[in-house]
Amino acid sequence: MSTDRAYLDHAATTSVLPDAADVWRDVSLTVGNPSSLHASGRAARRVVEEARESLADDLGVRPSEVIFTSGGTEADNLAVKGLAWAAPSRRRRILCSTIEHHAVLDPVLWLGSHGYDIDWLPVDDVGRVDPHDVRSRLGDDVALCTVMWANNEVGTVQPLARIAEACAEAKVPFHSDAVQAIGRLAVDAGLPGLTSLAMSGHKLGAPVGTGALVLRRDADVVPLMHGGGQEREVRSGTLDAAGAASLAVAVRQSVADQEVHAARMNELSERLIEGIRGVAPDAVINGDPEHRLPGTVHVSFPGSDGDTLLMLFDAAGVECSTGSACTAGVPEPSHVLEAMGIDAGIARGSLRFSFGRSSRSGDVDLVIEVMPGALDRAFRAATPRLRPVR
Amino acid sequence: MRVIAALSGGVDSAVAAARAVDAGHDVVGIHLALARAPSVGGRSKGCCSAADAHDARRVADVLGIPFYVWDLSEEFTEQVIEDFVEQYRAGRTPNPCLRCNEAIKFSAVLDRAQALGFDAVCTGHYARIVHGPRGAELHRAVDEAKDQSYVLSVLTLAQIESTLLPLGDSVKSQVRADAAARGLRVADKPDSHDICFIPDGDTAGWLHDKLGESPGDVMDQASGAVLGQHRGTHTFTVGQRRGLALSSPAPDGARRYVVDVDPAAGRVWVGAEDLLSVTRIEASQPRWCAAPPVSGDRVEIQIRAHGEHHPAVIEVTGGGVIAELDIAVRSVAPGQAMAMYDGTRVIGSATIERSRR
Repeated sequence: MSTDRAYLDHAATTSVLPDAADVWRDVSLTVGNPSSLHASGRAARRVVEEARESLADDLGVRPSEVIFTSGGTEADNLAVKGLAWAAPSRRRRILCSTIEHHAVLDPVLWLGSHGYDIDWLPVDDVGRVDPHDVRSRLGDDVALCTVMWANNEVGTVQPLARIAEACAEAKVPFHSDAVQAIGRLAVDAGLPGLTSLAMSGHKLGAPVGTGALVLRRDADVVPLMHGGGQEREVRSGTLDAAGAASLAVAVRQSVADQEVHAARMNELSERLIEGIRGVAPDAVINGDPEHRLPGTVHVSFPGSDGDTLLMLFDAAGVECSTGSACTAGVPEPSHVLEAMGIDAGIARGSLRFSFGRSSRSGDVDLVIEVMPGALDRAFRAATPRLRPVR
Repeated sequence: MRVIAALSGGVDSAVAAARAVDAGHDVVGIHLALARAPSVGGRSKGCCSAADAHDARRVADVLGIPFYVWDLSEEFTEQVIEDFVEQYRAGRTPNPCLRCNEAIKFSAVLDRAQALGFDAVCTGHYARIVHGPRGAELHRAVDEAKDQSYVLSVLTLAQIESTLLPLGDSVKSQVRADAAARGLRVADKPDSHDICFIPDGDTAGWLHDKLGESPGDVMDQASGAVLGQHRGTHTFTVGQRRGLALSSPAPDGARRYVVDVDPAAGRVWVGAEDLLSVTRIEASQPRWCAAPPVSGDRVEIQIRAHGEHHPAVIEVTGGGVIAELDIAVRSVAPGQAMAMYDGTRVIGSATIERSRR
């Protein structure tokens, strides 16, 4: 039986967990700046520090290594720019994978236009970075290396431990964007060799505007924002006690449920892939079939346009994404698929379905039910592009 | 009907979409991304800016209809911008809005809409579609000053039959009042006048960047003498007076105008104002949206957007049409469209090739 509408865009954002919403509401109704010295301030500070300890326990690090931020983008910017700026002047090369999220890609490109050299780490046709390749490029002129834990578009999971190990041996700071990974994979932020890790709250059931950078105690970073220095003198701005508390609740629940959740997400993904293969035999499932983020299915339908498909699915009650970033409502050509060597014509007809806690097997049924009609129309709508007008 | 409403982010298309919703149609709003030039320093000007896409999205929100952006920038670049440049290179004077209607809004968009299961496209153009005994007819708008039937005169009957133009019976002030009454914040947004892909309005400068310098002589039509030099024929159009930079005045002291542009020879011909007046216009590639006229039919012609209407007798030739005008008209440039009307009804349009006194 299918449901009315299927929200299959949990990789974009997912709803706030009821417990996280409750704690946010309770804390936000209580007055107190965590930096104030009076009783209310101390009470608010206690909330923040308990959240920090909870997060540290769940991620396998020390509490002092958790820096609360406004989300994944800030955490990535702080790590990438902060580590690059703090590096000795002889270290001006940045190793960066070609499939990073824009929150990493764009700071790296910005650094590239401000005196740093970018050394792009290629990926294979399923989107994996080769740790041997990373090792061969490391040297004492490298300011930092950054490779995401799991890709937001195609869901490919990187061989993080081996890359981190190589960086540790070369004594090069290593940052990883784990925004998509936490809650879906067993993430050990204390991984040997990992200098910093970015996470976002709203991808796992905390409110938008929450997130953290896990930063090893001995790591040296230059702050992005200067001010009160509330977070280890690295991040300024009034501490968000309600956000921190709800983030801690969401992470606790996500980490505790991770195995069960991942199994369920994998099951839904498998069912969806099977259904797609039945409806569209020439569809291409992108990403690494083995090292894959549970719950993310990225598929190309050759001969179609992703934005047209998205509109048709939306009209039929299925909410998904093309996976790539948008500019003024238009999906950009995916740099991830390009890096994987996927033909631009095929890449154009791509969609990402991503499952979350509220996903049910009925959602998959609805996708498969409406897919033949949507594909039929999308193929027909794609032809005017090929037909010259007068 | 299932209707695609093209939302530019301006007041006209917003009210058109609102009226389509009122009429009981199942409406989906789209904004066309036509030029994907990056905005510089957050400035927003021109019809394809991020600010316009944002305004279009808000209109759809207020109307409670779905909204998507359709990226037709490739088609627009090929069919409209490149055509515009090539026409000027060839010494002709194109109308890019007309070209966009012909190749994009009522072709690529309508084709895609129909493939996706929609019945019609709705736009905020000021013109009327009347469903009479002879089928759909395209007519001038009630608001003479805003009438846009000229830039729609290239449409085929099939395209007109799949088009909704809900503003044709309104004057602009009514449309703005309607927008305000509906709580649409674009109600007082200024009209756009520029060519959308040349947001600063400097067409000559834009063409200069595209076509570069190709200096040549400015010639006197009467004497055949070289009067001066120019930086490129593409910055001149028939009827133009400015930018000639001639040092010596005409012997009779009269003003001189561009009377012909010859890019092959790199020459711009100038002459007295009376040389601009023509009574015979020859045009090619006729497109009829109604029963084609026969030789001897009396029509009214229009040769530019918001231009005057000129009574004429039509002669239909093998590949085109010739209009013999009752009264001479000024400044007719090759490449312009000649729209033909029977009263307020559009019969069709053809591309002007040459004109004679």
